[in-house]
Amino acid sequence: MAIALKRVTGQAPRMIWHHETDLGDTDLVVLPGGFSYGDYLRCGAMAAHSPIMGAIKAFAQKGGHILGVCNGFQILTETGLLPGALLRNANLRFLSQDCYLKVEAENTPFTHKWKKGDVFRTPLAHGDGNYTADIATLERLEGEGLVAFRYADAKGNVQADDAISNPNGSINSIAGILSENKRICGMMPHPEDLVDPLMGGEDGLPLFQGLVEAVVR
Amino acid sequence: MNKPVTVDESLAREFGLTSEEYGRVLSIMGRTPSLTELGVFSVMWSEHCSYKSSRKWLRTLPTKAPWVIHGPGENAGVVDIGQGYAAIFKMESHNHPSFIEPYQGAATGVGGILRDVFTMGARPIANLNALRFGSPENPVTRRVIDGVVRGIGGYGNCVGVPTVGGEINFHPAYDGNPLVNAMTVGLARKDRIFLSAAAGVGNPVVYVGSRTGRDGIHGATMSSAEFDEDALSKRPTVQVGDPFIEKLLIEACLELMATDAIIAIQDMGAAGLTSSSVEMAGKGGVGIELDLDAVPQREPNMTAYEMMLSESQERMLMVLRPDRTDVARKIFEKWELDFAIIGHLTDTGHIVVKHKGQLEADIPLDPLAEQAPIYDRPATPPKAPAPLEGVHAPLSLDATLLKLVGSPDLASRAWVWNQYDSTVGGQTVRRPGAADAAIVKVEDTDIGLAITTDCTPRYCQADPKTGGAQAVAEAWRNLTATGARPLAVTDNLNFANPEKPEIMGQFVAAVEGMGKACSALDFPVVSGNVSLYNETRNPDGSTTAILPTPAIGALGVLDDVNKAVGLGMQPESDVVLIGETKGELGQTIWLREILGQEAGAPPPVDLAAEKCNGDFVRSAILDGTITACHDIADGGIMVAVAEMVMASGIGCELESPTSGIRPEAFWFGEDQARYLACVADGKALCARAQAAGVPARIIARSGGNDLILPSGVTISAARLKTAHEAFFPMLMGN
Repeated sequence: MAIALKRVTGQAPRMIWHHETDLGDTDLVVLPGGFSYGDYLRCGAMAAHSPIMGAIKAFAQKGGHILGVCNGFQILTETGLLPGALLRNANLRFLSQDCYLKVEAENTPFTHKWKKGDVFRTPLAHGDGNYTADIATLERLEGEGLVAFRYADAKGNVQADDAISNPNGSINSIAGILSENKRICGMMPHPEDLVDPLMGGEDGLPLFQGLVEAVVR
Repeated sequence: MNKPVTVDESLAREFGLTSEEYGRVLSIMGRTPSLTELGVFSVMWSEHCSYKSSRKWLRTLPTKAPWVIHGPGENAGVVDIGQGYAAIFKMESHNHPSFIEPYQGAATGVGGILRDVFTMGARPIANLNALRFGSPENPVTRRVIDGVVRGIGGYGNCVGVPTVGGEINFHPAYDGNPLVNAMTVGLARKDRIFLSAAAGVGNPVVYVGSRTGRDGIHGATMSSAEFDEDALSKRPTVQVGDPFIEKLLIEACLELMATDAIIAIQDMGAAGLTSSSVEMAGKGGVGIELDLDAVPQREPNMTAYEMMLSESQERMLMVLRPDRTDVARKIFEKWELDFAIIGHLTDTGHIVVKHKGQLEADIPLDPLAEQAPIYDRPATPPKAPAPLEGVHAPLSLDATLLKLVGSPDLASRAWVWNQYDSTVGGQTVRRPGAADAAIVKVEDTDIGLAITTDCTPRYCQADPKTGGAQAVAEAWRNLTATGARPLAVTDNLNFANPEKPEIMGQFVAAVEGMGKACSALDFPVVSGNVSLYNETRNPDGSTTAILPTPAIGALGVLDDVNKAVGLGMQPESDVVLIGETKGELGQTIWLREILGQEAGAPPPVDLAAEKCNGDFVRSAILDGTITACHDIADGGIMVAVAEMVMASGIGCELESPTSGIRPEAFWFGEDQARYLACVADGKALCARAQAAGVPARIIARSGGNDLILPSGVTISAARLKTAHEAFFPMLMGN
């Protein structure tokens, strides 16, 4: 993640230690992937209670931009900054593979480089990425355009009961969601792992380019 | 609680020592040893720690080259990869634990090999695994695969080190004794390598990491004996891993290594506190005194014997500069890991262990090391295999190909790889299956490391010497096929009971073959591990030995990683066959899967041809002529072509062989030293090959999405993939 951010902004992001309580002056907070606290209790559950989270919640309340990827998404749902939860993958196994994402929400800080319906490839790597939420929450997410990305096939077809195009079994094939003010985005796949032709492509780059433009604006 | 035990010869035998070895203990000590002392001797002199059956032969392997910084004898091998960087790597087995408790056995195998690498100052950047399972028809195999794959993923994914490659074979000989060989590659500045030799009398001995529990006691002894029907009752000897602690330990150690605090450091692996303290003091020529009251403990009332032999995971031992212990303590406190000064170095040349005011052990280190048994075990040279005669093809080429690409040893491994995070860290240039070797980039440089593991056990069984040479040659070829310059090898020698002359004969022959290949290819062995007694005693008293499996892990370097090529068929290209084809069908996958025979001699290994053909291929990759490359191995030419087609979805039309070789021998023979290469102008490459003395001919032209056989029969890339990808999901039930 730090490599991708540096590639887009030209400068290395500042790393924050979990025991810190102050974010300092920042435009963007990124919660990266990576088994915080070993994911031993429940993915993201312990990180949601780490000392720095108070400052992150305050940052969110002030309208700050937050991106959570993989474990970062799990942490955001555990803290309540985003609704719903991530269950074990439907096949009960860790999945590490490429997937295709269909862009659902236009004109958000995270997606404005794409048009609605665009499809891009990105790796995913998780054991607990099966998004779920209660019916009322789902209706709100769908009704208010807060679904950012859905799992799809290469042509953009979305089929929630298809284990190939919706590998972890997420409800409504949801891969990423937005907060009500659309300034917080959580997603399970890793666009930051596809920002370099050498590593197989730059499909994930528009998210970071767009995000940087949005927060600088 | 602990019953008082009498130390005598019968207890020594229970601990795995022979009567003669126990006699040696008595003469070194000049008295009856204490229980703790006997424990120390038994683990240090176990096959696992002492290499007593293999050492004589390991010494014959070439270990030096100008780019080798540290060869065997350290925790891992170290090679120079340019621009001030070193790659540090090793492969190690966790076979016995992985049968007893597949998840934890495999997980702690990954944890252990990671520690061997970061102990030396390297950040681990890639993991690989060479796995051998029993017959797919054996119901136990499914349980073992499920646990091993979950264990490797569970540990590696959590630690955040990408698992980028490896290999899997199936054979009934592994039914009761699967092989789990884990390899880690790490990266360090070459002037910042950390070694294990202790120095400085009075300097503090520091324990960091997880607390010590009762898990894994006598694990090293367990893994130095063959299995009997009670194998599963040995579960308490298997350790339990905690990958999150390992992650913290990696970060804390690397942070400390950036200071000047560390004099020596060693992970606590097999035989735990015993082997780490004995080896550090022994290598440094000093004595060591440990106070076990200071050891962080997970449970109350542990005895000295238990603490010295525990194989609890995620622990390290260090000797620090006394004026830097506070710096070190702060770092470990920050990472919330235990940090304890548990002793100091002495000038006595003894290891002295104290606990609760009692002297529990006092052993002279020199004789413990120097009088360790070394055996020149009787070895019966393997019989030359009978030549293969009179086989004929019962199936059409297309039916044969579809069967082969779906067979257990050739079927897609995606079901396995997809459970390993192969991209974490963002430096994976070629993921599993995309090239003949995995390729990871060295961050902030253009350097690429190519990494592979290889061994063909059925060849080794038929002819261990040829099989040993072939394993090395295939690893070298796989690195070469990406454009990398092969640098060095780590070997993981898995064999059965060395006390049987025919098994020892296999070992000696395989090492001889490996040594010849390593010398001819300028490809030294820089680290390794020997796993013996991989043998199961059956209820009727007979035994089943594994196939001799000298697994080779190998590393190569690309100065410019942008020049690396993958194996996927490229569009509008000529496909050139490089290397000579005689049609060797002995011990082939074709013979086994189509005719049900494991017979004949394996394909001969011509090391001069390997070098010549490989150097030619590499130069043509690096100058941009070859745009995709795949070595020809299991399944021969046609399987290799099919693999290229499946990797990119681009098809090709094969030409008829005009060589006078029968079609099945031409297409499915496993002659060595061969490659398939995609080039824009095949004639030009063939002319260039001819000038270099390398056999080459165009065998196909790429295009479309179908593989078109010489007979005109067409198989679509999609149909090939369907046949290729069915095996693992069918076996594992999803």
